[in-house]
Parts: sequence; structure tokens; C-alpha cells
Amino acid sequence: MTPGLRRGLFLAGLAGFLAFYLWGLTGLPGFGHYPGPYGFIINSIAVGQTKATGVVSAVNFEYRGFDTVGEEFILFAAATGIATVLRHLRADEDETDSDGAAVLGEGASDTVRLAALLFTGPTVLLGWYLASHAQTSPSGGFQGGVVLATAFVLVYLGGDLVTFRRISPNDLVDSAGAVGAGGFAAVGLTALALGLPYLDNFLPLGAKPGAVSSSGTIALISFFVGIEVAAAFVLITSEFVRQTLAASARSGA
Amino acid sequence: MSVLPADLSLPRAVAVVTPYTVPTALMDALQIVILVLVAAGATMVVLTRVPVRQVIALSAYGLLLALLFLAFQAPDVTLSQITVGAVVLPVLLLLTLSKVRKKEK
Amino acid sequence: MQYLPFVVVAWILAVGLYGIVTSRHLVHQIICLIVVQSSTYVLLLGVGYVTGAVAPYFYDVPVHTAAVDSVVQALALTDVVVEAAVTALLLAFAVQADKRFGTLDPHELVKLRG
Repeated sequence: MTPGLRRGLFLAGLAGFLAFYLWGLTGLPGFGHYPGPYGFIINSIAVGQTKATGVVSAVNFEYRGFDTVGEEFILFAAATGIATVLRHLRADEDETDSDGAAVLGEGASDTVRLAALLFTGPTVLLGWYLASHAQTSPSGGFQGGVVLATAFVLVYLGGDLVTFRRISPNDLVDSAGAVGAGGFAAVGLTALALGLPYLDNFLPLGAKPGAVSSSGTIALISFFVGIEVAAAFVLITSEFVRQTLAASARSGA
Repeated sequence: MSVLPADLSLPRAVAVVTPYTVPTALMDALQIVILVLVAAGATMVVLTRVPVRQVIALSAYGLLLALLFLAFQAPDVTLSQITVGAVVLPVLLLLTLSKVRKKEK
Repeated sequence: MQYLPFVVVAWILAVGLYGIVTSRHLVHQIICLIVVQSSTYVLLLGVGYVTGAVAPYFYDVPVHTAAVDSVVQALALTDVVVEAAVTALLLAFAVQADKRFGTLDPHELVKLRG
């Protein structure tokens, strides 16, 4: 199949798809005229029922908590897949741990190192804040975990490869990810053990909506999700970094 | 609609004045401008064929998307998009490209 | 303005798919896949928008203020983070393909066997 024929076939298929799509658009209620009652109902009753002022996090971890369990395990499986593929790949090549560390380590300019030094601490603080305040403001486990992983990436970008490898050893990162994923499932199983439906909110809800200790299991689940997402992204980044190490040491750069 | 509690009042698309509201025409104009910029940004990302330059274009496109999500009143999705689309994904892409290129040398 | 976000969604989808079909580099293909995924985020948030409403956080606004739909925001939020991890898995496969076959051209990779 030549590239020209492939492009022609694609454009023909795309034209058909776009015709149907634009025809279906005319039946939509239009942008801004949201008709359905589900969103309005959730917005009205969520604060009263869960004492959480962040309705999006309440939907994520309470009303549709089962979907979030599935999504978190997709993330966990992707991180495990990357670890499997890249560690197997690394075992095929020469394992040059200590040699590789001597090759890099220079190369980052002073400005980059200063910026990394200044921003790493506040980034960790911001990540913890986001992961623990899911029920009050626009934050939550997923964002907090990614910001925490960004702090580790900042250490690597500052040119400090030895420190990066020391603060993200394989065993610690693997077990942190497992604790996060297993903790989320364990919260649901604890609800089952108490005779309630899976992932039901069994902790005390607190008195004032919007306080940090309110909303029961939402805060707890968000904390576990933050740990798991941070561990998954640190694992992914450290596996890719080790790949570039192996390549550079082998080529004798 | 019999599942609603009896004491529920559902304001439907009423522009209630809060400290955060702007006039509707201004919000409409902002959304139109950012939507056009996002469409142009997507075209630019696809038409850049050299992968390293495409990563920079992707990072800029990610920031434009984050602005769009902010204009759609979704601050949570904005936070996720900024960290993931403008930081984590370009770092992973550049690490992959450096691994692949070192093989060529 | 009634249908502009949905037309933009169709445009981004079409452009991304065109990039995937006519690509000659595996990493370029993966970046075009990221663009296609971003069109679904815009579609989700465009469906749930209410004119003149605020974000669904009631920490300092009264509880019955008109707010946009929060369910599609929850979907888009987990979507963004999880698809980044899946894209990283695709990149790991690209690294593996480069090591095994020595090339990153999709048209060449099709012809290889085992």
C-alpha cells in the first residue's frame, strides 16, 4: 500500500465520518445550554451529603468511586508494564551502574541548578497540600501526586544525577506504589467488612463542610491516590533515565 | 424527576453575581479566541515533523489547553493539564529521543 | 458560538488522525496520538458547560449558586493523568522497537517479521 493510496483512503473515511458527526451536531442542545438534570442534582446535594465543598473530588472518590479504582489500576498497570519492558531491556545490555554515574553529572548550567534548588522545596510542599486538601478546593490525589513527582524530576534536571538515583531506589518506589494502590482497595474492603457496600463512606463526616478533617473517606482515599500517582510517575521517570544512562555508557561518550 | 428531595431548588443557568463572575459577552469572546488558538496549535504540533521541535510545540499546546480549561470553569483539570502536559510528558519524550539518538551515533 | 467548541473538537481529531496516518517517525506518531486524546478533553468539558455559571466549588460561594457540571470534570481529570501513563508505556515500546529492529519508521516496521 503506497503512501498516496493510504492517504487517499484515510481522507475518504474521514470525509464520511465528519459528515455524520456534523449532522449529529445539529441535534445537540448547543454550547452552554446544558439540559440534563444529573449535574444540577449533584451540585445541589453533594455539600449536604458529604460535607465536602469540592464537588469534583466528591464525585471522583464518593459518588463514582468505583470508576476511580479502575482508573488508578490502569495507572498502576501501565507503570508495571513500563518497569517490565525497560528493566528487561536494561538486563539485555551491559549493566553499568557506577560507570554511568561518572559520565553525567556535569552539563547543567548554574542558572538551571539554582532554579532547581529554589523550586524543589516549594514543589514538594505544594504536592502535599494538593494531595491532602481534596475536599475543600481545586485539588486532589491525582494532581498532588503528579506535582510531587515533578519535584523528583527537578532534582534530575538540576544535573544532580547521583542524588536522584539515591532518593528514588527501586524498592522504595515499588513499595510506595503498591501501598497507594492497595490502600485504596483496602479502604473499600474495610467498608465491606463493616457490612456496608464497597467503598461506602464509613468514617465520621465532620461538623463543618470544607474543613480538612471533614468528608470521611474522601480525604483518606485522596491521600492514597496521591502516593500511588507520585510513585508511578517517579518509577516511569527513573526507568527512562536509566535507559539513557545505559546508552551513553555503552557508546563510551 | 421524582427522585429529587422536596426542599431542593435548582437555579437553571442563572447568572448569579459572585466575586468571580465576569460579563457573559467577555467570557464568550475569551472562549472563542482561545478555541481558535487551540485549533491552530494542534495543527502546528502535527505539521512539525522533527520530533525534538515537536516536543516544544507540544509543551506550548499543553499550556494553551490549560488556558482553555480555565476559561471553561474547570480549575482541577487545568492543574492536571499543566503538570502533565507541559512538564511530565515533554520530559519523558525528550528522554526517549535522547536514548534513540545515542543509538544512531 | 453555539457549536464552535464541537467543530474545534472535530478539527483537532481530524488533524491528529492525519498526523498518525502520514507519519514517518514513531515518536511523531505518539505525539499526534496525544493531540487526538486532547480533543476528547475539550469535548467532555464543552458538553458540561453552563452559560454564566461558576466552577463547582462551594467553599466561599453560597451552596445553590449556578455551577457547571462536575461529573464531566471528574472524568476529564482522571483522564488527563492516566493517559499520560499509557503514553509513557507506548514510549517504552518505541524504545524496545528501536533496539530490536534498529528503525523507528512505521512503514519499515510493517515489513519486518519476528
